[in-house]
Amino acid sequence: MFTRVFLDEEVVVTNPLLELTGISKSFPGVKALQNVEFTLGGGEVLVLVGENGAGKSTLMKILSGIYQRDEGTIRVDGREVEIPTPAVAQSLGISIIHQEMNLMPDLTVAQNIFIGREPRVLGVIQEGKLNRQTSELLTRLGINVNPKQRVGDMTVAGQQMVEIAKALSYDARVLIMDEPTSALTDTEVETLFELIENLREKGTGVVYISHRMEELKRLADRVVVLRDGQYIGQLDREEIDVPTIIEMMVGRQIKSDVRPPERDFSDAETILRVKGLSTKSLLKDVEFELKKGEILGFAGLMGAGRTETARALIGADSKSAGSVEIHGKPVKIKQPSDAVKHGIGYLSEDRKGIGLLLEQSVAANTVLASLDKFNRFGIMQDGKSKRVAGDYVNDLKTKTPSTQQMVKLLSGGNQQKVVLAKWLVRDTDILIVDEPTRGIDVGAKEEIYSLLEGLAAEGKSIIVISSELPELLRIADRIVVMASGEIRGELLNADATQNRIMDYATQIAEEGELTL
Amino acid sequence: MSEAKTETAPGTPGSGWNWKSWIQQGLAVGTLVMLFAFFSFMNPAFYGWSNISGILLATAGIGIMALGTTFVIATGGIDLSIGTGSTFAAVVVGVFGVNVGLPMWLALIIGVGAGALMGFINGFNVAFLRIPPFIATLAMMMVAQGLALILSDVAPIYFRDTPWFSQIALGNLIPGLPNGVLIMFVLVAISAFVLARTKFGRITLAIGSNVEATRLSGIPTKRWLVMIYTFAGMFTAVAGIVMASRLVSAQPQMGVGLELQAIAAVIIGGTSLMGGRASIVGTLIGALIMSTLINGLRIMGVQSEWQFVASGIVIALAVWVDSLRNRSKST
Repeated sequence: MFTRVFLDEEVVVTNPLLELTGISKSFPGVKALQNVEFTLGGGEVLVLVGENGAGKSTLMKILSGIYQRDEGTIRVDGREVEIPTPAVAQSLGISIIHQEMNLMPDLTVAQNIFIGREPRVLGVIQEGKLNRQTSELLTRLGINVNPKQRVGDMTVAGQQMVEIAKALSYDARVLIMDEPTSALTDTEVETLFELIENLREKGTGVVYISHRMEELKRLADRVVVLRDGQYIGQLDREEIDVPTIIEMMVGRQIKSDVRPPERDFSDAETILRVKGLSTKSLLKDVEFELKKGEILGFAGLMGAGRTETARALIGADSKSAGSVEIHGKPVKIKQPSDAVKHGIGYLSEDRKGIGLLLEQSVAANTVLASLDKFNRFGIMQDGKSKRVAGDYVNDLKTKTPSTQQMVKLLSGGNQQKVVLAKWLVRDTDILIVDEPTRGIDVGAKEEIYSLLEGLAAEGKSIIVISSELPELLRIADRIVVMASGEIRGELLNADATQNRIMDYATQIAEEGELTL
Repeated sequence: MSEAKTETAPGTPGSGWNWKSWIQQGLAVGTLVMLFAFFSFMNPAFYGWSNISGILLATAGIGIMALGTTFVIATGGIDLSIGTGSTFAAVVVGVFGVNVGLPMWLALIIGVGAGALMGFINGFNVAFLRIPPFIATLAMMMVAQGLALILSDVAPIYFRDTPWFSQIALGNLIPGLPNGVLIMFVLVAISAFVLARTKFGRITLAIGSNVEATRLSGIPTKRWLVMIYTFAGMFTAVAGIVMASRLVSAQPQMGVGLELQAIAAVIIGGTSLMGGRASIVGTLIGALIMSTLINGLRIMGVQSEWQFVASGIVIALAVWVDSLRNRSKST
């Protein structure tokens, strides 16, 4: 992987293009990266894999100057560097293609690529020269796109090519791509791969983030595996083997391998039955049942359709087909208020974005889903709100100075307890909790688990959507695995292992199992 | 981590005052006091009761408009149709009460109904058709102006045969205090109560804080938005009636431009343009600042052109203060 230069019988290894050692980064309550290292040579494609939350994105943000590392060194061409801003990353020759596109749809290809750097005479942009220069760049990269085309009219793949061309127009020598194929069709993926191979030949170093196993074999010179923010290991091209990688991605030695006691729900009442749930954009024929007192886990990778299932179910997004039965009776759920009326509460994965009124008090948030219980003739009974909110603060051990505290100022775990309290006050039979412990530290996680278990024991039915497999294995009685908007498998907790779940989630299960 | 910081959420159950709204309220009250002192110093005629009651009466129109708008802005919306909408409602009262000859009480009800209908359409367009509030109410502003001109035949409608109509604003149920001012104060009290103490007010602020979180909590936010805009439309109509009563006529152009004064009053009073935080008393103070400024400059003999300039500067300053506060909030 390194170029060897022979000088007087001495072997001198030239410096790698990019070298990371001992990179660590913490956020309040979470260690996002610990001691991560890798090196990237010119003309090498390094694929970075890991589960959701393994730290891939954090690492990329450190490299692109969006986050600052707490510890460790970054070397470019052997020289230690600081990357305080994205502009510095650019000047060091590091370019990132983010998952979400950063192009301006109403500008042309050429205008996008050279935005802010257009050839000008007396401040007037030379469109002709701009287009010629873009054309040259695109030809050099082997990208077949018209510089004058409006970006908004292009396919996602075409836009991605423009992103790549833009990145390389800054003389990028290190190109980082964050799951670039997630929105592409098969032929588009092929075009992208050809471009990457082309770049490799020209000596560009590529860091490619993915969790699609089939892409690894095709592209990778090397695979680096991260897990829980830690560097787990790397495999060279000839060692790449999908089961081994999955093992490395999930195979943590679970220290406290706690599983819920095996419970039999075959005689329990079916509280919720979902049939043929589909949406225009993603979901295909999702079907499942939820029993009284059961905790049902939803596993899957990012974009598998778990949150979409919850949102379509509660009427937050529109469904194109599907029926829902609650307590055996068909119900119509067109908007979230219908879902709440029928006894379904949804705790969003995006707690701060759409789960809470951050600027309002603990008490105001606690009663938000049950305002009708707290007013008489339209006049709010604030004493009662405070009392009830106070009771839940005590019951859930929410750490807050008072029920009048602004929710924004609480920690993640305590915010989650406020959201939970909101739905407990509403007293819904069914709770859907989406990533209940995201951004919450380890101690508080265990508290949330026992709260959920306690609720299930009281007869509430709970759906837990989680990207953390140990979490699902820890609390779910049964686990449904989704991929590409479909349910791919279903496992009782006793039969479930991280590897089996990942098999379903990454679509490489043996055929027999796929037909479940 | 945040145990040391005890900051109470504003506009939430029984939270009373927090330091941020204190600062804003303090700034607004301070500005009003300073304006008052300044104009009194410049011209002693300014602080005579007759001038003060004149200022109060001049405030009534935009003040009442601004009260309803406070609710709309508290949801994160805006209502540009209040100025011409108030004219429209007044013209409707004139047409039915004078031209058609219905009993005046019935004409007044129809006028308020017309305002409510305008608000309802605004709310429907915003909530169900997802037209941005700025555009939806801008359209309504034009429609209302056009309808006011059409219905009135581009001429003032005088309430000559119903002398008590002028008593709505100009009478003195309380000696020395014009009824229009009394109506404003009563509506301030009602609005403050509704905002702080009722489910309606609570949902208004919840929508402004985070409409999606509110929707996911099972509150039918679209229906509530329609109600809030309708509520604001009724205030608009009352404002139009008070203004018409004061002029003893429905002038088909009288509300033009007032929407901006009313919106400025709301913002000066500390209601956030982003929604989620609102103050009714603040709105009243904001409205008083606007009319004190105009009245004072007029008494000083400043030309009306310059009154516009001064109002504009005050509005810019107020919104700047609001943005300073939002900036400090986001960091």
